[in-house]
Amino acid sequence: MQYVNQPVMKKDAMALVTGQPVFMDDVAPADCLIVKLLRSPHANAIIEDIKIDAAMRVPGIEAIYTWKDVPQQRFTLAGQTFPEPSPYDRLILDRHVRFVGDPVAIIAGSTEKAVDRAMKIIKVKYQVLEPVLDFHTAKDNAILVHPEENWKALCPVGADNKRNLCATDFSEEGDLDQVLSECDIVVEGTYHTKANQQAMMETFRTCCYLDTYGRLNILSSTQIIFHVRRIVSNALGIPKSKIRVSKPRIGGGFGAKQSAVCEIYPAFVTWMTKKPSKIIYTREESQIASSPRHEMEVKVRIGAMNSGKIRAIDVYTLSNTGAYGEHGPTTVGLSGHKSISLYRNLEAYRFAYDVVYTNEMSAGAYRGYGATQGLFAVETTVNKLAARLNIDPVKLREQNMVQEGDTMPSYYHETATSCALDRCLARAKEMIGWDEKFPCRDMGNGKVRSVGVAMSMQGSGISGVDVGSATIKLNDDGIYTLMIGAADMGTGCDTTLAQVAAECLDCCLDDITVFSADTDLSPYDSGSYASSTAYITGGAVVKACGKLREKITQKGAEMLGCDASDAEFSGKEVFCNSTGASVSLTDIATRSMVGNHEALQVTEANSSPTSPPPFMVGMVEVEIDKETGALDIIDYVGVVDCGTPLNPNLARVQTEGGIAQGIGMALSEDIQYTQKGQLMNNSLMQYKIPSRLDVGRIRVELESSYESSGPFGAKSIGEVVINTPSPALAHAVANATGLWIDELPITAEKIAMGLLAHED
Amino acid sequence: MMIKLNLNGKSVSADVAEDSLLIDFLREHGCYSVKRGCETSNCGLCTVFLDGKPVLSCSLLTVRADGKTVHTLEGLQKEAEEFGAFIARQGAEQCGFCNPGMIMNAIAMFRENPDPTDEEILEYLAGNLCRCSGYEGQLRGIRAFLDYKKSKGETAICNM
Amino acid sequence: MLTIKKYVKAASLDEAYELNQKRTNRVIGGMLWLKMSSGTVQTAIDLSGLGLDTIEETDEEFSIGAMVPLRDLELHAGLNAYTHGAMRESLRHIVGVQFRNLATVGGSLYGRFGFSDVLTCFLGLDAVVELHHGGMVPIKEFAAQKPDRDILVRIHVKKTPLRCAYLSQRNTKTDFPVLACMVSEWDGTLRVSIGARPQKASLIELPKDLMPENASLEEIASYVQEHTVTGSNMRASAAYRSRLAYVLTKRACQQIGGMDK
Repeated sequence: MQYVNQPVMKKDAMALVTGQPVFMDDVAPADCLIVKLLRSPHANAIIEDIKIDAAMRVPGIEAIYTWKDVPQQRFTLAGQTFPEPSPYDRLILDRHVRFVGDPVAIIAGSTEKAVDRAMKIIKVKYQVLEPVLDFHTAKDNAILVHPEENWKALCPVGADNKRNLCATDFSEEGDLDQVLSECDIVVEGTYHTKANQQAMMETFRTCCYLDTYGRLNILSSTQIIFHVRRIVSNALGIPKSKIRVSKPRIGGGFGAKQSAVCEIYPAFVTWMTKKPSKIIYTREESQIASSPRHEMEVKVRIGAMNSGKIRAIDVYTLSNTGAYGEHGPTTVGLSGHKSISLYRNLEAYRFAYDVVYTNEMSAGAYRGYGATQGLFAVETTVNKLAARLNIDPVKLREQNMVQEGDTMPSYYHETATSCALDRCLARAKEMIGWDEKFPCRDMGNGKVRSVGVAMSMQGSGISGVDVGSATIKLNDDGIYTLMIGAADMGTGCDTTLAQVAAECLDCCLDDITVFSADTDLSPYDSGSYASSTAYITGGAVVKACGKLREKITQKGAEMLGCDASDAEFSGKEVFCNSTGASVSLTDIATRSMVGNHEALQVTEANSSPTSPPPFMVGMVEVEIDKETGALDIIDYVGVVDCGTPLNPNLARVQTEGGIAQGIGMALSEDIQYTQKGQLMNNSLMQYKIPSRLDVGRIRVELESSYESSGPFGAKSIGEVVINTPSPALAHAVANATGLWIDELPITAEKIAMGLLAHED
Repeated sequence: MMIKLNLNGKSVSADVAEDSLLIDFLREHGCYSVKRGCETSNCGLCTVFLDGKPVLSCSLLTVRADGKTVHTLEGLQKEAEEFGAFIARQGAEQCGFCNPGMIMNAIAMFRENPDPTDEEILEYLAGNLCRCSGYEGQLRGIRAFLDYKKSKGETAICNM
Repeated sequence: MLTIKKYVKAASLDEAYELNQKRTNRVIGGMLWLKMSSGTVQTAIDLSGLGLDTIEETDEEFSIGAMVPLRDLELHAGLNAYTHGAMRESLRHIVGVQFRNLATVGGSLYGRFGFSDVLTCFLGLDAVVELHHGGMVPIKEFAAQKPDRDILVRIHVKKTPLRCAYLSQRNTKTDFPVLACMVSEWDGTLRVSIGARPQKASLIELPKDLMPENASLEEIASYVQEHTVTGSNMRASAAYRSRLAYVLTKRACQQIGGMDK
């Protein structure tokens, strides 16, 4: 193939490396009002009184809004297809504030100084209520996070605000208890993962202005332009026809920007004042009032025979959605569906969950979306099983892991139509030298080196729901414009989708101009999340380009006076098979602009009844200092089956980045609250994402399968890559020390003090 | 108060607030490559040169640049393009938001140490956080750039 | 956000001292910490025009100006030779090169921050702080004092022949230390400075019979552990810090020539 599966440079790469002004705050109108939010210092409180008079008199202050000024219909900020599974539990500003950081007032002014000053002198009187801060006790707690009557759930997800329940469900196949009772061994574990922050380098930000037609234009760093249009319409109570949403370059997303975290505030300000406005979240706001990973406690039981045959898996997940329910009902499902399904021929499985409200920061969508938490739990339990059975954990997986052609009952009974997990495992084992290094080697200086392993799967879009569309049109000189509604957030989809188009149209990559994304101009796309863009939108590009080829052929045949069935398009010209006559694409393009009745433009939509999983194996070698507990990563090996990689360079960097982010989650990124519910890890000083000294050496290889339902055989890559570090590192620690650390992050302290306790 | 500095080769006089931070001054003067990623001096996105040394422009009072020379990536476009292309060839630029700060600091490193080992590269750039790339691709790009320079018999980047 | 009403680049130490007598005025060092506060400073006093950004080395001492950036200390060949690399080791983990190009030694010491690697390191050296009004004050005394309105001018490190080693444990490589440890020996006394306890660094001078030559590493480390008060914060517990005080002391002593039991 000319372009697909080629390591081409991203179309925007040179603009990015030379620092061109392409991000939201680089292109926002100069005269924007500065919008900031006064936030609640209490985890649960009712606003009794707000005095804004003095603040309004600060020179430069344009407007201050409180709960009294905003529409009273509830909505969700979750970027999901309507009707959203996430409950409608928010107002722009609510009299009842539900976590430390919940907005109390919106302040808009001409300068940051004026806004800061006004914020300081707004006087708020709170009736402070007792908060729910322990997610174990949230369900059926007497204190309700959402006691309000107008709370509503649009989908039957088991939500009940009078029980602090955002969702609950249960599914099983086979007689779990019976099968477990027949097993030689049942291994159990309870695992705790924290509300990790995506911590993309560009914080949340949006600017708004009215256009010629009085419409609200929203330029936002978002993954979900179309959902933002609906969310703002719901929040402000204005028609969607009055709203246009577009995105510039995005400084990282990782799912954070799959919720409309900040858009509604400047939207409300601009709609009310008719003046341009912008909000730029501080890093502190991005840490304390955003859309992190759901904190989860996952209980796992795995039943197996002494031979190593795994017969049954039981997973129960308790998920903490925090003060609001964004992505609460959906993330939790992946904790079971994408972990249990790694193991084949189970005689029984059970997966149950509760998602609860608490008075902590609301959670959202973060790369891995629940699978990350579930895989830490299930993969660690599988590693414990191997240890208990004294079977090499790689061999145990070889014996039990899903194979191509298998039906996956716990994955909606989908068939693994493409699966190279076995080859990923074999290759990873070879790369890291598993057989020589497992389980550990004493280095003789108080240090020990060990290895760990984990597998991972994800999906490729949401089956039967996600829609990707592409418009492709022919312009003068035979160049094309590809218009999409998917959002390139650094992942490179503008380029990979252009690669697909160039491949389909037999043209130069430079001849494809990509436009994304604008609700007025782009064809509908659910947005870039759920690992959907390559697979779903990529499929739309293939379809659209195929149709455009037909149209070009038709037009060329017309010009040649031959039958379309006798004509062919080479990419450069249309020629008549029987006469050999040809007409160039340039001439066809020119002709399409003279006396033409048929637009040489095609829009196609794509959706998929299945969500073919990409697979991955991660193996790590660490060195542990037994006295201090310090852990250094020597080598991290990731081997991924993403089907055909559309761009091997970008697939590789996605994998390296996902592994690094996963290492942060596993080893250093902690979320700690004070007893009053204040989040302590409120900056990059206190929330430690890995620097380049912390990730060791990361080596990645792609082990391709071919997914026939995907564009050129492609599946997704974006999310599957973050899931292996936590279980692989926990495994390596156990192999070095005998300690199973079931709560993240795995700190040096836990290792050292665990070993010390062991000695005593 | 009034200050005068040399910004990317041009003399700039301005009346600035006493508590203005250099990052904000630079963005107001069209240097949009300078990004803010945190408020706690941890991320390195705002790296610029003050009298040739890499510093965090988010942590420097603008008044302290009075009489000094400041460079941002806008003033180092040739170097950015030459070196940046090696990052881009790896696909390691990803979202691009941290790139200007990282590229500034890499240029500073090349000037201080034109032939760094991998360990020296990692240590010098440790204050430049990146959440997308996992850092490996950046390292590959830097190595490829240094190899290319060596093959041409040139030192990494020496002009100012 | 920090508000600064007036900025004065002091023309003399007297002027700086005079301005600094007012409670609402502040001397600014590298600004890394001050920037994060949200208060108001009436007059920011800048010492950067007073030639305090140099390290002067004589046969007797290093004289380090208060405005010397940490990066200059880190790279100073003389200081590193004298401290057997401990100076660089104490500094290289601090955030990044760009940070250390701004952060000043004066600001780091004056703040007497609990997390300070700089204070931990200097406490283990034969160092004297030169205050404009208070004159020469041994670093140990200076560390114990509450910040007052004096001006820190220079730090003098005497070239007393010494053995020393610096070690720290961090949750990530460029984070604050969970515990920092400087072991040094001169004039027949072993000194151990423990920082980030998380309270500010404290200096323990060991009894003469506890020298690497006549006591085991374990005995020395146990003594230090027993005499070190640790606390808990978000980075680690008191118990782990206490354990680290033992381990790091033992290892640093080993580095300067101590022996196992």
